[in-house]
Amino acid sequence: MNTVTDAAGRTPDCPEDLKDVLDPDRYAEGTVFDLAGPLAGGEVISDEVIPACAPWSAVVRKGDVLTIVDVGANQSADCLLYNARDTSERYSVPDTIAWGGNIYVRTGTVLRSNEGNPLATVIANEIDRQDTIGGACGKESNTLRYGHHTASEHGCRENFLAEASKYGMGARDLVSNLNWFMNVPIEADGTLGIVDGISAPGKRVAFRAETDILVLVSNCPQMNNPCNDFNPTPLRVIVTAGKAE
Amino acid sequence: MTTVAGQHETDTVRSARADARAQGGKVAEAMPYLPASSTPFPPPGVSLDTLTWAETVAAGNYAHKVVARGTRVRLEDVTGDACAHVLVYNALEPWERLNVADTVKIPWQAYLGAGHPLLSGDGRVLATIVADDSGCHDALCGTSTAQANQARYGGSAPQGPSPSGRELFTLAAAKHGLAPRDLPPSVSFFKGVRVGQDGGLTFAGGAGPGTSVELLAELPLIILIANVPHPVDPRPRYTCGPLRVHAWNSRPTGPADARWDASPEALRYYLNTADYAAARRI
Repeated sequence: MNTVTDAAGRTPDCPEDLKDVLDPDRYAEGTVFDLAGPLAGGEVISDEVIPACAPWSAVVRKGDVLTIVDVGANQSADCLLYNARDTSERYSVPDTIAWGGNIYVRTGTVLRSNEGNPLATVIANEIDRQDTIGGACGKESNTLRYGHHTASEHGCRENFLAEASKYGMGARDLVSNLNWFMNVPIEADGTLGIVDGISAPGKRVAFRAETDILVLVSNCPQMNNPCNDFNPTPLRVIVTAGKAE
Repeated sequence: MTTVAGQHETDTVRSARADARAQGGKVAEAMPYLPASSTPFPPPGVSLDTLTWAETVAAGNYAHKVVARGTRVRLEDVTGDACAHVLVYNALEPWERLNVADTVKIPWQAYLGAGHPLLSGDGRVLATIVADDSGCHDALCGTSTAQANQARYGGSAPQGPSPSGRELFTLAAAKHGLAPRDLPPSVSFFKGVRVGQDGGLTFAGGAGPGTSVELLAELPLIILIANVPHPVDPRPRYTCGPLRVHAWNSRPTGPADARWDASPEALRYYLNTADYAAARRI
């Protein structure tokens, strides 16, 4: 059996056969994969590949670091964070923006909760800026953006609902989110939208949990705008242990 | 020395009852006006008998109401210092609620103004901004928190001098059976921000006293309003002014209105909303 390893000889876990998941013939012509590796030192606690279009979740303990790898380039990783001990405290776009004074997420950005508390801090980022304005796609919003003919397509809202249900959460618990590797400029007159990505195979972002957090990721299935380069690809998610304080 | 207690004769039940009843009919600067048609501040051009809500909301206070589909809600910044933080929910299924990301993404526009929809995450429009002579609003920064107000003003409690928006929303929501997990990011009216090319936020302030904005309920709505300073208002003192609210019976957006099909996205969010309303016969 052929095994798939990264440059360090590591094989991530995957709910499907990793060789199939990383078979370029399953994707748009010219697709290139780079599994890269963790952006932080420390013992690897978990290491998984999220197949294209699928949801994922994990609890990341205080001090530990989650690296998300854009394996196939310009793949939006829609992401929500919750206080693992009380999920009514969750990631807040406006609190993150208002405290940080900037709509873009970059190295050093503190990802804040609806109570204003730090849930995580971005400690490394290999693209110019990350989005937290563009929200998540979904069956219903797709009907507005592209037409009712898209109503049978799967979306991030559906991924979030499916994954949130594992923790007893539902529609009341979904809020506006982060979109790692998605590019949403705002022009001077307020015009905004999702445009071609600025990422590449193997580009990464990493954030450190400031408290125990539940992380939900939707590997975005969108096929009607450039958030996935019209070519949904896998993501790699690696949790590494923080340094002992 | 005159004490408040010294102004009341309340040593027996009968005197206490008389004392309580004697307080009725007083007028406060901020209060609801019942019936709504008795408002001292009737909105121009509106027939008094169609009014369903008339209230002045104090600075640092909150208001809430369930309104029918087709209700028009007018918010007025009386002194120029109000900041109306607003959350809206489908009153029939309150897990359908304001989604600020879809509210800016679907219309391809970050700044709120006349014609802008307040969208849910369910592909429908909860309310449309149908009139606006302020132009200073915000869908990016949400409202204030206990953490932020304690750091900025030294306190955040609803009973104190500098309540946070989130704590007021928590109270308003609870009166409709909604919990803290039901408080998504909100929008605010009468104070704006602008985004620079590098993503930096600049507080754009307000448009002065007497400006107003009107929301049209496209579904039956639970409306929560917290009147507190904008979270990036740089003024060091907790600065807020009274907010006037009036609502009256009107009709939801329909095919005869220019905004119904002003854009492909608008046509589809009005169609989705009309479809929902027709199925529920509302």
